[in-house]
Amino acid sequence: MGGVNHMTDFLLELRSEEIPARMQAKAREDLARLFAAELARAGLAATETVTYATPRRLALIARGLPEATAAVSEEIKGPRTSAPPQALEGFLRKTGLAREQLSERDGVLYAVSEKPGRATPDVLAEAVAAVIRAFPWPKSMRWGAESRSTESLRWVRPLHGIVALFGEEVVPVSIAGVESGAATLGHRFHHPGAITIGSAADYVEKLRACHVIVDQDERAALIRDRAAALAAEAGLVLVEDEGLVAENAGLTEWPVPLLGRFDPAFLDVPPEVIQLTARVNQKYFVCRDADGRLADAFVCTANIAASDGGARIVDGNRKVLAARLSDARFFYETDLKVPLEQQAEKLGKIVFHEKLGTVADKVGRVAKLARWLVEEGIVGGSGDAASRHPGEGRGPATERAQLDPGLRRGDAELAEQAYRAARLAKADLVTGMVGEFPELQGRMGGYYAAAQGEPAAVAEAVRDHYKPVGQGDDVPTAPVTVAVSLADKLDSITQFFGADLRPSGSKDPFALRRSALGVIALIIDNGLRFPLGHVVSRDVLDFFADRLKVQQREAGVRHDLIDAVFALGSEDDLVRLLARVRALQSFVDTEDGANLLAGYKRAANILKKEGITDTAPAQRHETLSYTPEKDEAALIAALDSAEPAAADAVAREDFEGAMAALATLRAPIDAFFDTVTVNDPDPAKRAARLTLLARVRAAVHEVADFAKIEG
Amino acid sequence: MTWPRAVRPIATQPRRHSLDSPPGFRHSADVTDTSANRPLSFQAMILRLHQYWSERGCVILQPYDMEMGAGTFHPATTLRALGPDRWNAAFVQPCRRPTDGRYGENPNRLQHYYQYQVILKPSPPDLQELYLGSLAAIGVDMGVHDIRFVEDDWESPTLGAWGLGWEVWCDGMEVTQFTYFQQMGGFDMKPVAGELTYGLERLAMYIQDVDNVYDLRFNDAGVSYGDVFLENERQMSAWNFEVADTGTLFDAFRKAAAECENSLAAGLPIPAYEQAIKASHTFNLLQARGVISVAERQAYIGRVRDLAKGACGAWMEKNGWAA
Repeated sequence: MGGVNHMTDFLLELRSEEIPARMQAKAREDLARLFAAELARAGLAATETVTYATPRRLALIARGLPEATAAVSEEIKGPRTSAPPQALEGFLRKTGLAREQLSERDGVLYAVSEKPGRATPDVLAEAVAAVIRAFPWPKSMRWGAESRSTESLRWVRPLHGIVALFGEEVVPVSIAGVESGAATLGHRFHHPGAITIGSAADYVEKLRACHVIVDQDERAALIRDRAAALAAEAGLVLVEDEGLVAENAGLTEWPVPLLGRFDPAFLDVPPEVIQLTARVNQKYFVCRDADGRLADAFVCTANIAASDGGARIVDGNRKVLAARLSDARFFYETDLKVPLEQQAEKLGKIVFHEKLGTVADKVGRVAKLARWLVEEGIVGGSGDAASRHPGEGRGPATERAQLDPGLRRGDAELAEQAYRAARLAKADLVTGMVGEFPELQGRMGGYYAAAQGEPAAVAEAVRDHYKPVGQGDDVPTAPVTVAVSLADKLDSITQFFGADLRPSGSKDPFALRRSALGVIALIIDNGLRFPLGHVVSRDVLDFFADRLKVQQREAGVRHDLIDAVFALGSEDDLVRLLARVRALQSFVDTEDGANLLAGYKRAANILKKEGITDTAPAQRHETLSYTPEKDEAALIAALDSAEPAAADAVAREDFEGAMAALATLRAPIDAFFDTVTVNDPDPAKRAARLTLLARVRAAVHEVADFAKIEG
Repeated sequence: MTWPRAVRPIATQPRRHSLDSPPGFRHSADVTDTSANRPLSFQAMILRLHQYWSERGCVILQPYDMEMGAGTFHPATTLRALGPDRWNAAFVQPCRRPTDGRYGENPNRLQHYYQYQVILKPSPPDLQELYLGSLAAIGVDMGVHDIRFVEDDWESPTLGAWGLGWEVWCDGMEVTQFTYFQQMGGFDMKPVAGELTYGLERLAMYIQDVDNVYDLRFNDAGVSYGDVFLENERQMSAWNFEVADTGTLFDAFRKAAAECENSLAAGLPIPAYEQAIKASHTFNLLQARGVISVAERQAYIGRVRDLAKGACGAWMEKNGWAA
């Protein structure tokens, strides 16, 4: 201690057998977090903390630690000096002090305890042991002779070494038979012997000299750049893949990307298959040629600088890849021999869900629904999607959306294509290739459908009908694909809801929330006029409302405005609903909007107090039994013109227009509240004025339930 | 049931390895056959591994005389992994996976192949270095080959067993399963055993640089792997897939299960475990014959697991070991 403001760096390295690549990033975060928490408990904080991970080590450097923690003086408030003796006795018992050890201030007794500072290495020794014991590995294990007890230390893989240096001084830690020190090991093959670390300052460079790049980001950059350079040298373009970069960085201490070639005959296999085989099974990058086609090249990442320049490593990897691609080609060629209809027959043996029958049952339902969506004109080829958004000059879409049977018929051929595509869409689930690579579902079906001569629209729908699979995924626009995708998702949602298997809390085992988001994206992006209430129950509609709020929140749309429109109860056309919400959002941000909202709320509160919930019949001033006051008459006149204007605009789906019509009410409402007494002693006047307020409320409800709007 | 442990590695002469004197990094010269400067034959590779592990204190066992899907099933692994006693053993175990048969027509897939199995309890602190030493002993030059430990957690639903470890890659090819057993037969390991499972054919193909398993040199006197096993693969594939009488097999499964329970009732865990092995293999044959439906499959696996766990539990009890 001694009051010197000298700051020192601390180095911790936990060396183990190979840590799974996927766990390393989280482990660095956990190390920093747990370590900082342990220091904080002792009143210490580093000025900067850096963490590193390699397959064999997890390291931390905490900079700027003092030599000792500060002495702390702790004061506990006791009873007043005037308090009864029992209170004093109780306080003395609690603190373990005598009366004369207490201090007094302003008539109150205090117990003061002095906690001396501690040498930082002592704090660190305890902190390191605590961090190791509390470390939250996703999966951990016991090992060695110590594991005779099930209480022995658990770590991700056997822990072999601890480097703990405060400055140049070893912080003594002993845990599960591992003693801390200054020695570690270099690269497993290049420099297997012990090396001594001097301090945090030379850690990174000493290891680099022993073929270990400690910094994961540096390894990642090296892999990224070198792989791209190798591809470029071969006249190719690397297919970038940050997931692979990170994984290879987590598998190597001395990464050496190497480019190899495979037999171009394998390029007959669909490129997705080659890429997946290379990526998932072998962790290789693939390349494209100048025309953007997949090339007969791969980049693997070795963990050594081989003495032969990597020739044998490349050769070995080439052979492994060739064996994998042979398997893949075998599956592909075998699958191609069986028509999808024939494959689809096997779906009758696959249970979709025990309560919901087989996949074949589902396919039957989806095919009918997909066809119906086209037949009803909900999905169709007529007109492009953009022009079908409201407020852009189309006729009254409300009529089109009434699903009057026989009124509108979509293109019959399109309907049959949707039916056909849906019948084939799940057939690839029983193919060998999808059995091997489940993530290729849809993609393979698309290839097989095209290969057996299906129309392009059908093959495309088979391929893309799972889309969109998440936020940010492409949303299909081709009508046949949209119909099948929509039908597939709606079927899952309605079936699971019908079987009372709906998502709850964090549990959504059938990914129905994702399906609902997919439905919403398909409807909105394609501007589909689809009154969902015709095909789903109220609880499913509410489920969609919730998902819509989540989805729109990211687009900056206020959830209370969505509530305000949903609260109308009749709006189940998402496209129109959002158009209302958008107009509403612009409107409430204006001064007119804010004031109208205030006036509306005032009116609604009065009505609520009076128990008036019905929409009053429109009442004109000539029916009044008295002469209205000036601002009363003005409000009546304003309503007389705003009501039809707003209704017309709503019918045209011109919601900005409807808002503009409502905006004309703002000044008359304000004036009315300023000068007219609603609660007039004359019951006729009072009743008439309440009716007038109900008209205001009803007019506003043409657009949205303003009561749901916050603020 | 398919056992998630295929495997295969490589290397040379015995050396001591520890953290101070790391494994043979670069001695390919040691690795070739002494008589001719060429890679080890299949049998020479096995002999090298026997020698290597024998010199490190292992009991060298011969294969168990029953059909089984993986070396892990050998009682020297399953039963001996349980309990507190030190146990170090190495052996070759023929593995039978009827559904992997390809009538001798696939260069990589066999319904009968060999695993080299090493079990070390408690797991020694230098297990990785010992393992790398064995690769060097059979001819893998770690100066030019890329050896990697890639996460691969192991679980056997039928043995009620799991462990953490890696698949070991050599130039991108999986050559060994390396596992620290954590549970066996539903019992925590006290202490933990380390298990190494080398895929011998794959390793040999790698060392000898051949693309077809039947082209492996079995010995250095002109006998190939195909000379020894090709006809066997053809006939056994036909029997596994087409001929084996399913009525007999169903009957055999029932009888093995009953006999397992009979043995357990008599307090004899070793014969009970043998019957569990028999039931397991019979189930594999029934799978190959395609007579077990998807729905029934789980029930059969559960039945085998119950038998195996029962035998493990009885073994613990017989030895007076607490769970």
